[in-house]
Amino acid sequence: MSPPAARPRTLFEKIWDNHVVHAEEGRQTILYIDLQLVHEVTSPQAFEGLRIAGRQVRRPERTVATADHNVPTTDRSLPIVDPISKQQIDTLEANCKEFGITYYGLGDQRQGIVHVMGPELGYTQPGMTIVCGDSHTSTHGAFGALAFGIGTSEVEHVLATQTLLQYKPKTLELRVDGQLGRGVTAKDLVLYLIGQITTDGGTGYCIEYTGEAVRGLTMENRMTVCNMSIEAGARAGMIAPDQTTFDYLKGRPYCPAGAAWDEAVATWRTLPTDEGATYDKSLVFDGADIAPQVTWGTNPGQVASVNATIPKPTDYADATDQKTTAQSLDYMGLVGGEAITDLKLDRVFIGSCTNARIEDLRAAAEVAKGRKVADTVHAMVVPGSGLVKQQAEKEGLHKIFTEAGFDWREAGCSMCLAMNPDKLAPGERCASTSNRNFEGRQGKGGRTHLVSPAMAAAAAVAGHFVDVRDFE
Amino acid sequence: MKSFTTHTGKVVAMDRANVDTDQIIPKQFLKRIERTGFGEFLFWDWIRNDDGTPNPDFELNKPEAAGATVLLARRNFGCGSSREHAPWALDDYGFRVIVAPSFADIFYNNCFKNGMLPIKLSEEQVEELFQRAAKYKGYQLTADLDSCTLSDEHGFSTSFEVEPFRRHCLLNGLDDIGLTLQHEDKIAAYEAAQAGA
Ligand code: SF4
Repeated sequence: MSPPAARPRTLFEKIWDNHVVHAEEGRQTILYIDLQLVHEVTSPQAFEGLRIAGRQVRRPERTVATADHNVPTTDRSLPIVDPISKQQIDTLEANCKEFGITYYGLGDQRQGIVHVMGPELGYTQPGMTIVCGDSHTSTHGAFGALAFGIGTSEVEHVLATQTLLQYKPKTLELRVDGQLGRGVTAKDLVLYLIGQITTDGGTGYCIEYTGEAVRGLTMENRMTVCNMSIEAGARAGMIAPDQTTFDYLKGRPYCPAGAAWDEAVATWRTLPTDEGATYDKSLVFDGADIAPQVTWGTNPGQVASVNATIPKPTDYADATDQKTTAQSLDYMGLVGGEAITDLKLDRVFIGSCTNARIEDLRAAAEVAKGRKVADTVHAMVVPGSGLVKQQAEKEGLHKIFTEAGFDWREAGCSMCLAMNPDKLAPGERCASTSNRNFEGRQGKGGRTHLVSPAMAAAAAVAGHFVDVRDFE
Repeated sequence: MKSFTTHTGKVVAMDRANVDTDQIIPKQFLKRIERTGFGEFLFWDWIRNDDGTPNPDFELNKPEAAGATVLLARRNFGCGSSREHAPWALDDYGFRVIVAPSFADIFYNNCFKNGMLPIKLSEEQVEELFQRAAKYKGYQLTADLDSCTLSDEHGFSTSFEVEPFRRHCLLNGLDDIGLTLQHEDKIAAYEAAQAGA
């Protein structure tokens, strides 16, 4: 395909242009999909649809599956107790067998949260289009891929055609200049941005994160940022590939090797946004303005610095904001005006596709080392994949956690969405490294505060929120 | 796919913003491997009290909401998880039309795939509808996809926008996969070019 005129283009535009199979005025573009990740919860009805229509999976080798959402995080040698969960996982395995799809099951060391597993094994690569029936597919954008979540009907569409019907989103640049301060992490950065642009500020857009503070992030930190793009309403979030990206990918099992690797890197280097290319909208922030963040409400945009007080409904001018704030505070058992550091915790959860990679566990372990979880707190660590768990154990992190009184579990989504037995009891207050503080997300009546792994570990030890920068 | 042309139905007003798909259908019901039967789990945690009795304060439980098929809500409806179980549940419960100032992308898209019509209006228009829903007993709205108008029997009428192709597919109940496969030759050509590149 000959490249369109040499107009400067953004990273998003280049990937989009490279994947157009068919475009027609006034219709959705047929976009080629390089990789589809599949999990047990949003796929059974899609496979069933294929069977009913007598269709095949067009490119089984471009499809990879794992079970993560609904799996127990207890001893893997024991059978799954919940018969409905078991049926769903068995169904995925049978579907993969029937349609010829690679499946990483519970007995496989490589099983894990789909958004941890894909990058870890090198399936996720720059320039790709990647979809999954899961909104946090935006995670993979950290590699300079166009990655987004889709519904089950679309999962079926991709399985059958290896393409997706898409309206072209607009582009939004979120530029973060300068450096992040000591103790301020990628999680704080993205929570801060969502607080600034609100939970629907990104609706209709694909975000590209740029600027010095973003460029300085490790690959795993970039995944944390892109992961939460959906919490700002965006279809996708992406970061241009650079040396950090290539260094991370080199030698991963499903990445090209040898001469093919050099060729791939040469192509990937052409992806970043051209000088002079424009976004539909650009916003600029300063990394130095960002403190460790804690959400206080029931959506990720309801967030504040750890050293702030919780807002009151009357702090807002807009009537809907006032009502939403009052509803959120009521659910969270707060009235507004409390210091965040006064909030006492019952539970701490370190895990999820946002923050359960090895660097996240290292950051938490560094805080936990030689300390004890407060008597009043039950804290758990759930690695993002079997390989993360293995690596952590090699480094002795599990010892640090268990000696400090954390519960050390098997890989899975766990209490991020509490589909398995890991959940909050009504009224319990939890510091969580996951991505959603929606009502009931971690268990009916449970109260979730989103934080970084270091902040979660510090809160576990103190029994209440503390500014990790003061935690010596 | 189910088609949608015109629908007149009773309105239930949900004065809430950012209604997320975790509320629409909580995770414990995502373990099922079927596409149907999700209606009874809709808004599970809001619709009933802890002891299982109906929560009389919840909008859908108000006597005047019985039989409602048009849902009116505030901005960013359907945010959060991509679960298509959310539109499945709304559809199964009986909703055909959802009116709000804005919808989350994936949810919006999922509605069309299931023959439900999400309608975006301005904040002011939605406010006007909330007031009308409070004022008129058994308030009804008519959504006509052919002419792209939403109206009531008391003089309210507005046009709304839907991308032409989406409208076409919904009006005719067209199957996306079938449509795409009409371009199978282009997909094959794309793949061949990739392999040769
Ligand atoms: S960890 Fe949580 S957000 Fe991530 S894929 Fe699993 S359930 Fe979804």
